[in-house]
Amino acid sequence: MAIDPNVGANLHSPDMPADATHELGAAHPKPRYMFIFGVLAVLTMAEVGVAYLGLPQRILVITLVFMAMWKAGLVAMYYMHLRFEPRNLIFLVIAPLPLAFVLVLAVLTEF
Amino acid sequence: MSTPASLSMLPPVDAAPGIRVYNQKLGMWVFLLSEIMFFTSLIGSYIILRSAHPEAYPTPGSVLNIPLTAFNTFVLICSSVTMVKAFAAAEVRDARGIRVWLLATIGLGAFFLGVQAFEYWKLLGHGFGPSVAGYTAAGGPLYGSTFYTMTGFHGAHVFLGVVALCFTLFRATRGAYDHGDYGGIEVMGLYWHFVDLVWIILFTIVYLM
Repeated sequence: MAIDPNVGANLHSPDMPADATHELGAAHPKPRYMFIFGVLAVLTMAEVGVAYLGLPQRILVITLVFMAMWKAGLVAMYYMHLRFEPRNLIFLVIAPLPLAFVLVLAVLTEF
Repeated sequence: MSTPASLSMLPPVDAAPGIRVYNQKLGMWVFLLSEIMFFTSLIGSYIILRSAHPEAYPTPGSVLNIPLTAFNTFVLICSSVTMVKAFAAAEVRDARGIRVWLLATIGLGAFFLGVQAFEYWKLLGHGFGPSVAGYTAAGGPLYGSTFYTMTGFHGAHVFLGVVALCFTLFRATRGAYDHGDYGGIEVMGLYWHFVDLVWIILFTIVYLM
């Protein structure tokens, strides 16, 4: 099966000829970068709006953390192409996140 | 004469094929994982200090200029788009596209730093400094020191990113990246998007909560 080397085939080594692509990873469809940008921009405006709503602190924090995680996830998945990487790399990246979560949660529960 | 096996630096068996990611990209990801823990420690420290000393932390809007920084956040998000456009241009071997989008990313990154410097200048003028001496703004000096530590370390990352982008652009003008050798652009992009990602979280925690 012929794979167009120009269609986001970022899984193969950039030093290799394009026809080696099929050995190292399937081509993925090009992410809709401008659509993701639109979502990020809208979420940023929504975050600022939420901050001015005068919500109780606990609800404000939960809402803002959820929105920030959503934005961070979009950047990692589409701009950093994590969604299209081999599963082993995804596991490697996800591995420290529970540690980061535990670190912050552990200090939070002190208060 | 062959080298004794015990002195050889070669592995005893052929190296495993790895995880189908070229070395530079894997190296950058491992570096970024250490960066995750670095910024997590800063954020964790901020949370514990703020929780322990709520009197030192007034509502962010009473001290910080939130609309200005929201605009700056938008600028950094725009720079992520231009960076990914440079990568997309490299994928299709568009030499001019690579240079234009890299230049746009450098401009937006430098603009972000300029706005941050302006913000610091205004805040310092209002007595919101990083040290105990001379702190006259609302809350306590702890607020100033944690604010400048977090945003300062992020700003340093943006600055280094802009420097690295300038080097990438210089290489691009010498004909790099547009012959299917887009690895340098992609790895540079990973760093730049990570800096954007960190700011998304910092902006939320420091400016909105």
